[in-house]
Amino acid sequence: MAVAGLVIVALMVLTAALAPLLAPHDPNQIFGSFEAAPSGEHLLGTDAVGRDVLSRLIYGSRVSMSVGVGAVAVYVLIGVLLGLLAGYYGRWVDLVIMRITDVFMSFPYFMVILIMVSILGPSLLTIIAVIGALAWPMVARLVRGSVLSIKQTDYVQAGVALGYRTPRILFRHILPNTLSPIIVNATFGVAQAIILESGLSFLGMGVRPPAASWGNMLSEAQSITVLSSQPWIWIPPGLMILLAVLSINFVGDGLRDSLESRSYK
Amino acid sequence: MGSYLIRRLLIGIPVLIGVTLINFLIINLAPGSPADLYLTPTSTSADVARVEAELGLDQPIFVQYFHWLTRLFHGDLGVSFQNRAPVTELIGERLGPTLLLMGTSLVIAYLVAIPIGILAARKKNSATDYSVVGASFLGISVPHFFLGLVLIYVFALELGWLPTGNMITLGRGGGFADRVNHLILPVAVLATATAANMTRYVRSSMIDAFGQDYIRTAKAKGLGRSVITSKHALRNALIPVVTVIGVDLSALIGGAIVTEQIFQWPGIGLLTIQSIGARDYAVLMGINLIAAIAVFGANLLTDIAYAVVDPRVTYA
Repeated sequence: MAVAGLVIVALMVLTAALAPLLAPHDPNQIFGSFEAAPSGEHLLGTDAVGRDVLSRLIYGSRVSMSVGVGAVAVYVLIGVLLGLLAGYYGRWVDLVIMRITDVFMSFPYFMVILIMVSILGPSLLTIIAVIGALAWPMVARLVRGSVLSIKQTDYVQAGVALGYRTPRILFRHILPNTLSPIIVNATFGVAQAIILESGLSFLGMGVRPPAASWGNMLSEAQSITVLSSQPWIWIPPGLMILLAVLSINFVGDGLRDSLESRSYK
Repeated sequence: MGSYLIRRLLIGIPVLIGVTLINFLIINLAPGSPADLYLTPTSTSADVARVEAELGLDQPIFVQYFHWLTRLFHGDLGVSFQNRAPVTELIGERLGPTLLLMGTSLVIAYLVAIPIGILAARKKNSATDYSVVGASFLGISVPHFFLGLVLIYVFALELGWLPTGNMITLGRGGGFADRVNHLILPVAVLATATAANMTRYVRSSMIDAFGQDYIRTAKAKGLGRSVITSKHALRNALIPVVTVIGVDLSALIGGAIVTEQIFQWPGIGLLTIQSIGARDYAVLMGINLIAAIAVFGANLLTDIAYAVVDPRVTYA
């Protein structure tokens, strides 16, 4: 399953990268026939203002992929840095960082993201920044936990005895050994970020029209007419989100099995 | 144990203060000022200064935070910008429907997840197990709004069995059966993710428990499978499961916002969306604070429950 997931994820990344070549039409071009059922000209039909659904679907993958990768990159960076500092220095540094982590973990995640995005103004960059700024506590905890045990190992003690500078010990000696749980967490994080973005866009607090995102394509289905008689508008983006998230979760599960079972042996 | 409890509660105090501080700062990022409520387009700058002074807005931000905190302790969350009702009153009206929705979903999720998780663990690596694992992956991967739309499409629009939304049928509704009918679809949406997640926990935790020595001992004594499952394995397997409730609350609140929007369920989630639309930051601040305190409380209770339930956990 993990391999199948990986293949699908690779295909989606490729689709996002090659969107201008693959899309049959410009995603914002308006055709005469609006709300048209799928046909040879428009394989997935057209939406309420006459844009090609398939082209919007293909361009929508760019949004999902960039939010997934961008947000996770931001929060992994913050989490790793704080986790390393807390675990390595201990004492009051650890105390302060861990209490801040507790504060961030107390906030109902989606609600804070929703409120912050609405205050800062919805856009792709805001979503990446807000998810990145809020989602780091889990990574910080994981890294701190690993650092606490790795700190005691002989090779780190040897590094200290040799008089290496702290950054060198942290990044060259400790960090590489904490990577497995971070990679697993980050993979599931990409799936989470894609769901979050689509949820925000669905509520009108994400990527703003006319730009296409799977979430804002689905929000058209809040009208009963679209929902009941124009399934080609809302079912494909929904299935794409499901497929993307499911594949990434399978990859994450496979990574967890292969990376983390190794550490038990 | 007693000293652990006290220490855990003391650690909670700075965290709680941090929660109120961050909440205050987030809302202060918002454009506009509470003074706008008392001003008209014809107000002069002198009027603005006077109103701001009356509301304490001319003072340094940490003084403002302190004043806000003091009012908070008296149960005063301020006044809605939109309809000038007290925020506590607005939230109070919406709390019941949300608790009904979340509570029912949580109970249903557990009633589904625990037996299915046990079944999958007992038949590990069988076709049953693989279907359970596959279904749970599907459950955690499907976004609430897509599942909600599909369910409305199938059960409300195509089959016509259930209502598309709201809590009661307007005009003639309100009976028990009517309320249950309106509850089914939103609960199904909200319970799916929780049940899927919980099933995976129960399954892996039961598999761990079945591998323990005391299970082998019980088998050697000649005890039946059902006794071993229910009396020996389950009790130990449920310990980590209990603690997931705390973590789940945050996800449940997020899911409730989207679910309430789709089904027009008149709870806190819908109030959040409406307040965002109206830029009513006083209400948002109140909702966010109450939700954060609930999550904080759930985390605290979980930690304590863990220490109480599992005697092997020792805290020096």
